[in-house]
Amino acid sequence: MIKLKLERTPAPMWSKALIPIVAVVVTFIITSVLIILADANPFTAYYNFIVVPLSSKFSALEVLVKATPLIFTGLAVTFAFASGYYNIGAEGQLYAGAVAAAWVGATFTNLPAIAAVPLELVLGFLAGMLWALIPALLKIRLKVDEVVTTLLMNSVIMYFISALLNGPWRDPETGWPKSPEFFEAARFAQLIPKSRLHIGFIIAMVLVLIVYVVLKKTPLGLQMRAVGASKVGAQFAGINVNRTMLIAALVSGGIAGLAGVSEIAGIHYHLISELSGSYGYTGIIVATLGGLNPIGSTIAALFIGLIDTGSQTVSRVLGVPVYLGDVVQSTLLLVTLGMLLLQNYRIKRQ
Amino acid sequence: MGDFVIDLIAATLRIATPLIFATLGELFCERAGVLNLGIEGTMFWGAFVGFTGASLTGSLWLGILFALIGGMLSGLLMSLLSVRLGVNQHVSGLGITLLMTALSLFGFRLIFGENRVLPSIAPFQQLNLFPNSAILGPIFSQYTLTYIAILLIPVVSWILYRTTFGLNIRSVGDNPEATDAAGINVYSLRTIALVIGGGLMAVGGAYLSVAQLGSFTFGIVAGRGWVCIALIIFANWQPLKVLWGSLLFGGVQALQSRLQLTGIKLPYELFLSLPYIVTILALTLAGRNVSAPAALLKPYKRE
Repeated sequence: MIKLKLERTPAPMWSKALIPIVAVVVTFIITSVLIILADANPFTAYYNFIVVPLSSKFSALEVLVKATPLIFTGLAVTFAFASGYYNIGAEGQLYAGAVAAAWVGATFTNLPAIAAVPLELVLGFLAGMLWALIPALLKIRLKVDEVVTTLLMNSVIMYFISALLNGPWRDPETGWPKSPEFFEAARFAQLIPKSRLHIGFIIAMVLVLIVYVVLKKTPLGLQMRAVGASKVGAQFAGINVNRTMLIAALVSGGIAGLAGVSEIAGIHYHLISELSGSYGYTGIIVATLGGLNPIGSTIAALFIGLIDTGSQTVSRVLGVPVYLGDVVQSTLLLVTLGMLLLQNYRIKRQ
Repeated sequence: MGDFVIDLIAATLRIATPLIFATLGELFCERAGVLNLGIEGTMFWGAFVGFTGASLTGSLWLGILFALIGGMLSGLLMSLLSVRLGVNQHVSGLGITLLMTALSLFGFRLIFGENRVLPSIAPFQQLNLFPNSAILGPIFSQYTLTYIAILLIPVVSWILYRTTFGLNIRSVGDNPEATDAAGINVYSLRTIALVIGGGLMAVGGAYLSVAQLGSFTFGIVAGRGWVCIALIIFANWQPLKVLWGSLLFGGVQALQSRLQLTGIKLPYELFLSLPYIVTILALTLAGRNVSAPAALLKPYKRE
């Protein structure tokens, strides 16, 4: 009998590039079991998932609409994770940004768009930073694990928002828990008539470039990546680890805040407690699939946006529950995680 | 006033039950060195599997059993990723939560369709331990699962501190290298801990659907898993303190919902967010003195 054993060897470059593609194929094979359980043909289902949404202008634009918040949260997570700061709080920071924007959108009714929109963005960014500040300070001052604190802060802000929406911001006429409607000038302009695509997408694209340049081309980015690779090593190299992590944590929170601004000013025009479809958590999927690279994470966000749109098509056409999309996304995350580690192993004869 | 207090205590026990199950589950994982953020999704999965099992078989206890097995599978998946492959525990745990939540939603729609009326079952009856007492009777009219949860605390404490198995679990969480050198398989022990933990988390979730509600709603777990993550820190990783933490949380929640009914104007959101804020404060005050398992969050790689 031939004896086999696993041996750890560094992965060649080509395998890193192949991983996302192989992961998608493996995921589709696994999730096809569920499609068969739902009495549908997997090939037809995946055709509806991937091809149909891109075959009409309207639904293709809808993919971009759905990808927009994910581009923001993916960048937010990438920025923090790249520096070894595990910010799980993008969801809460997103809502912090949305609260700030909702306040602007309901208060300064006389502002022109040229002032209102930048004000929303700046305050949204600051609010996201503020919500990220406490866990970040606890991390660098007291070495309190940021994963648990950022996660708990997500729950805290949901109660804060619930208090706002059931208190001062409750709709006086209908009694619905939703904040006052944004005045016209505070809303993001539509990019294309009759589609929901708004300037939030353009802002996201600009941000991708900025984050890319900061991470890859500036001394700060180099320091961040050094800290992410090894805190001890970075310390020896004379890098101020705490300062670098603080910057990464705060900027990450700010970017997540922008996701909230973009969703509320571009789509909803008022604050509701269901504003985010778990975009903060999906941002972790996006950033992981993108290999903690801004460009990669943007491609991943577009792909997840495609799956989100496609799952609605599949549900409508084939009657497969729409949650198949969520199953595909989370399976893809786990498969990718597994493969990222497995690529370092080779099966050898003993 | 007396009735109010009795009712409050009884409600506290009811609310604390799922937290006790799931926190003890998380305790197993963390004492073995694995932070299992899959808890929120595993509880949701347990609520779904428990409800579906009970609904399809007509037996509530079979529903709980299915939930237990389902939760163990979720723990097994977590161990495959975080123990065998050594994937970052934060990301793999969140991935498990996302996957188990999505699977539950998918499964519920697939099996029960889109109903305007929520599918429901006749839930567990409460068991009165003191039918002849006016005070103890109402307090100890609880679901059997509540009694099991309370009994489970000394059992878990005994397992962790008085058995070889428990000693091994704790040493794997504190110093896996030394445990490995002593000839104990770190991977297997962590896997067993995660499987037990997942099972307990899912039973906690199933309590919500099979005992308390008699149905499955999409908001059924509503962040209770994250409360358990907080409770563990609050309890300083000790099983007995898990009881006090769970009762405290249950008490605050029972009190706020009763005060709300009386019409007293209170920002109840403040009450509900208290456990999270208190935990963050506790982490801050305790700082480095929190006695978390030393190897928590560190994947073990055998050299």
